[in-house]
Amino acid sequence: MEKTVNHKAWFLVLPVLVLVAFSAVIPLMTVVNYAFQDTFGNNVFFWHGLGWFEELLASDRMWNALWRQLAFSGIILAIEIPLGVLVALNMPKRGVWASVVLVLMSLPLLIPWNVVGTIWQIFGRVDIGLLGYTLNSLGISYNYTQNPAHAWATVIVMDVWHWTSLVALLAYAGLQSIPDAYYQAAKIDQASRWKVFRYIELPKMAGVLMIAVLLRFMDSFMIYTEPFVVTGGGPGNATTFLSIDLVKMALGQFDLGPAAAFSLMYFLVILLISWVFYTVMTNLDKRG
Amino acid sequence: MSWMAWTQPTAIFFIIIALLLVTFTVLAIRFPETPRRGVLGIETTRGDRLFITLLGSAFINLAWLGVMGAAMQPWALLICLVYAAAVFRWV
Repeated sequence: MEKTVNHKAWFLVLPVLVLVAFSAVIPLMTVVNYAFQDTFGNNVFFWHGLGWFEELLASDRMWNALWRQLAFSGIILAIEIPLGVLVALNMPKRGVWASVVLVLMSLPLLIPWNVVGTIWQIFGRVDIGLLGYTLNSLGISYNYTQNPAHAWATVIVMDVWHWTSLVALLAYAGLQSIPDAYYQAAKIDQASRWKVFRYIELPKMAGVLMIAVLLRFMDSFMIYTEPFVVTGGGPGNATTFLSIDLVKMALGQFDLGPAAAFSLMYFLVILLISWVFYTVMTNLDKRG
Repeated sequence: MSWMAWTQPTAIFFIIIALLLVTFTVLAIRFPETPRRGVLGIETTRGDRLFITLLGSAFINLAWLGVMGAAMQPWALLICLVYAAAVFRWV
């Protein structure tokens, strides 16, 4: 049967468009609008042109936060993706234990961000925290409130603790979709464990792993609550990531103009990287 | 709308973006096309190329502002136009 083309059906999505415009598009446009203005309160605004963008681009503050953010996302991806795959490879494939492990693995994902932050904030404390107290008792000097390296280590381990299971679950789903015939063929060819992984499991997991990378990148690039609860961006500015810096600027100092300009640049970077990931993903699918 | 502090330049900016979107939607309906593969090695439609142009232009403008300063900003638009032409021709 010939399909009729009727573009009038597009009008049916109009209510959604209005809703999205009201809750997302117009607020975003407002941010763009504020980025070019200055205010001293009382809802009185003055045109400031490109001033805020120029100031931010020349200041170390935004660049430092951006490098910290990129470093953080890079490090957690470099740990979580291989670790998640390793965990998935060792998870039981069927039986009661498969279900038990699945439930256990999904537990960290159910804990709200601020609770994870609080857990680690207390866990790492030198006076009452299990981790902090034990490490110091063993003679290892550890204090995440004073030492930037320790603060970084704490925030990274916390993120790995919270999110590796997401990668593991996604990789596990990818592994489960591989038919047994592939493994049997590999066995007949006397393929080594590494070759099975390299030529069967990894290519079959590539799609879900790309999704895992995209999800983890996006989430870690926008991370706010966990490091804010644990370190508050400190010591000094050592763990002040982009969103923490942005909130300091927008709500702490109430600098609407610079914060709006900052948000836009932040948004553009996220948009660019997400587009790259999305394009790579869809092209992998097409070749696939 | 004064309580939202809208200004003429931002209004013009958004009107141009909206007009571009409408134009490309009409073009897509009137003259359907098949995606093509360009220098990036990815399949793109006219809409994709518009997105690449707009996103790239934002970065070109920021880079120009960072390097040359606000006084020279109009010249960035010229580079963006060349960039847009290149994207639509080769990507």
